[in-house]
Amino acid sequence: MEQVLRRKEKGNLARAFYRFKKNPLSLIGLGIILTMVLIAIFAPFIAPYPGDAGGAVHFKEMFQSPSWKHSFGTDEVGRDVLSRIIFGSRISLTLGIVVLSVAVGVGIPLGLFAGYFGGKVETVIMRITDIFLSIPPLVLALVVTAVLERNLQNSMFAIAFTWWPWYARLAYGQTLSKKEEDFVEVSESLGASRLYIIFGEILPNMTSPLLVKITLDMGYAILAGAALGFLGLGAQPPTPEWGTLVSLGRIHLPKMWWLSTFSGLAIFVTVLGFNLLGDGLRDFFDVEVD
Amino acid sequence: MFGRYLAKRLPYMMLVLFGISLLIFFLARVMPGDPARLALGPEATQEQVQALRHRLGLDQPLYTQYYVFVKGLLKGELGMSLVTKRDVSKDLIQRLPATLELVAVAMTIAILGGIPLGMLSALHKDRTIDQLSRVFAFAGVSFPRFWIGIMFQIGIAYTLGLLPITGRISGDPPAHMTGLYLLDSVLTRDLAAFMDSFKHMVLPAVTLSLSPLAQITRLIRASMIEELRKDYTIVSRTIGMPENLNIYKYMLKNAFTATLTVIGLLVGWLIGNAFIVEQVFSWPGMARYGVNSVLRNDFNAVVGVTLVIGVGYVFINFIVDLLYGYLDPRIRLKK
Amino acid sequence: MGVRNTILNIEGLKVHFDTLDGTSRVLDGVELSVREGEVVGLVGETGCGKSITAKTILRSLPVPPGRIIEGEILFLGDNLLELSREEGHQVMSKKMSYIPQDPMTSLNPVFSVGEEMGDLIRWHGRRRLGPLELMGLRRKHDNSIAKAVELLDRVKIPAPREIIRRYPVELSGGMRQRVLIAMALIGYSSLLIADEPTTALDVTIQKGILELIEEKVKEEELSVLYITHNLGVARRLCDRIYVMYAGTIAETAKTQDLLDNPKHPYTSGLISSIPKLTGDEFKGIDGRIPDYIDPPSGCRFHPRCPEVMEICEQEKPELVKVGGGRLVACHLFSTGGES
Repeated sequence: MEQVLRRKEKGNLARAFYRFKKNPLSLIGLGIILTMVLIAIFAPFIAPYPGDAGGAVHFKEMFQSPSWKHSFGTDEVGRDVLSRIIFGSRISLTLGIVVLSVAVGVGIPLGLFAGYFGGKVETVIMRITDIFLSIPPLVLALVVTAVLERNLQNSMFAIAFTWWPWYARLAYGQTLSKKEEDFVEVSESLGASRLYIIFGEILPNMTSPLLVKITLDMGYAILAGAALGFLGLGAQPPTPEWGTLVSLGRIHLPKMWWLSTFSGLAIFVTVLGFNLLGDGLRDFFDVEVD
Repeated sequence: MFGRYLAKRLPYMMLVLFGISLLIFFLARVMPGDPARLALGPEATQEQVQALRHRLGLDQPLYTQYYVFVKGLLKGELGMSLVTKRDVSKDLIQRLPATLELVAVAMTIAILGGIPLGMLSALHKDRTIDQLSRVFAFAGVSFPRFWIGIMFQIGIAYTLGLLPITGRISGDPPAHMTGLYLLDSVLTRDLAAFMDSFKHMVLPAVTLSLSPLAQITRLIRASMIEELRKDYTIVSRTIGMPENLNIYKYMLKNAFTATLTVIGLLVGWLIGNAFIVEQVFSWPGMARYGVNSVLRNDFNAVVGVTLVIGVGYVFINFIVDLLYGYLDPRIRLKK
Repeated sequence: MGVRNTILNIEGLKVHFDTLDGTSRVLDGVELSVREGEVVGLVGETGCGKSITAKTILRSLPVPPGRIIEGEILFLGDNLLELSREEGHQVMSKKMSYIPQDPMTSLNPVFSVGEEMGDLIRWHGRRRLGPLELMGLRRKHDNSIAKAVELLDRVKIPAPREIIRRYPVELSGGMRQRVLIAMALIGYSSLLIADEPTTALDVTIQKGILELIEEKVKEEELSVLYITHNLGVARRLCDRIYVMYAGTIAETAKTQDLLDNPKHPYTSGLISSIPKLTGDEFKGIDGRIPDYIDPPSGCRFHPRCPEVMEICEQEKPELVKVGGGRLVACHLFSTGGES
């Protein structure tokens, strides 16, 4: 019997790895993300012209096409595009982390409360969630930026403002299905406090779908941030935000193609990385999230 | 059956619509930031700002403001645009068809492309075609829309010269009937206008459709693979159902029904991303109007655009729900 | 009744499954035949490989993880395992029919009974349809609905005209199984395979369905391979019974011979585990179906066998004739065992 049990345990782990291995793309995703994080951390050391991250001006070198000296070319005031893109990684990753921290921090407790307490709490929280979800997220974010000053912080706030309902919904659904399970009943009968049950028992039991969703959403949040930047509603020049860079470069198309192309490519690769990893994690944990 | 469903659904819809009006009102009036100040810019004097506040009714108590706001909405009044100096509702009616047409064509591409592609992947699971569609799906959801649009403009429109770079039509638009150029030109048998607007439509619609196309492909693939394993599929194949009838009729209806649940979400996604695509392709639609209104602090216009989209989105989800009930008797016949 | 043609003959069928823990050797040389007009039972405990055998015959074995290692399945002269996917499907869908185990999951939920039956009646046995037929634009002017009503009537469904408009979700399990039996009759031409068609149903409904199958089998002179874990059910229906244990055939004989005079110790155990048949107290057999990844050496039954001998651990017993058309795979009866 013991032997059978042990084989089953090994089986579960082996199964998980089998699922992960089935999806080698997720390793590529992980590689991309780690690279991006390292680039962001060590930007001042990696960037060939760290001074170009801000508002530097070198008119003599403006609009140079990619060369050995400037592998991604230079922009309208002669700044090195590669250096600016390298510093841009800091902005995009920060934006993703901030947006998701807020969305998770607000949405998860609300969803947990709604699911656990039910009744009026549930009705109020979930109806508000429904209302937020009944306006397409990007549209809602635009409205929020409309009433605020245009800068990076406010665009993060605007995106987070539209993002939390998804986490409320996830936590709500998970709580409903976990609430009836034995471990909750046992804790209740042992007299554990409600807050402990919610955050100590139910929450830890939804880590895998949460982790998968956060990974995938990092990509989508970065995409949304870049979109606001592109529309001129996010980070303002000379901040080297990727979406803003694409938008600025667009004025000089099609001749100065390198301006928009490389910054857009940076967004694409980063988002792709999170998507690949998220998909791999989904296989690994064997969970479905929408 | 329809009546009963409607009776159940309508109060909820009303609640959501009320909620939307409240949310937008909240954003418009309660959030920090003063629309009058924003509209007039930092150089305006305090008196000028006060005057505009008074004219817009911003100096009234909040509940009065909300009452006036909703009363206006019910009459279809969205106030005056501070930029175009026209009724926002008139501006919107003029621009709505362009956005509708773009979103509808993009959705059509996504569905008509995604279903066969998803089926092909499912039926050739783990073979080359499936791997290719997988790569495409990852790329499709990861492309920044504005960037891929620009790449199309550089590559296909500018370098190859195959399609126009921006705009909705070069020559005269077809006689106005619905405001949807493609439809109007067909109705008036105006071939030149049709070809013209068709060419303009291709790049924006394809740009907009890539991500939903990728998502529908993956969903159809996943549900077709599940259908292949279902008992009823195996049974009907075993007792002599023709193979292609089993796939294209019996399995596909189930797979499509499963996909329908996300179609509503995808429409919302398309509307949101139309704001980006219209900007890239200078598409004269409501979304571009919305972006410009935000950029110019034209607050009534922003509120108008958001309301129209919110209401339209609620309505579309309602239609999708109806369709879902129609296609799946389990939903329709329960209780 | 005279000598009848063999329609299905399975020889040395081995089917393995690849799992993460290793290769699961589920079918280990199955031998089985069905003659025309004969009702053959395949009886064994849950997990003994009965359903895998049925799935392999019906070409619905999931490959991978399943793998057909060796053996042949001769059906009306063709070796099904050598035919291409398409040829095999053609032969099977035209000549075989099937009653599934679980009626709740075996009808497509989004089509009405009449829709699915109509298509089966209209297009039965066609491998592919033309595009117009597929879109439903070219429907033969047929009486498929009338036929569907008639078939539902034959399986004793009350108000069949009403039922064809219904969706599966509106029907009870028993009703659904009747519909499935009616569908199986559409496809029937040479062999009907029934895979525990009553196990998923309520006990009260089981009886009705069993009576219906019994009646249909007699009335329509069907050739049937009836799979069940219940020896009592097999006794009612079958002319001949195969007893299966852990992926091998333990014994086969005419129903009455098998029950009166079981040869294989496993058969005896099975019979004694049915109180109704013996009148004794429930005895059963100790132990359970073995692990297929690491099966017992020699005879797979030896760890549970009350009459185990030394040779049983070393050699796998062959199926040998023991007279009266009976076959037994046990060292008690093989020449090796007796010497």
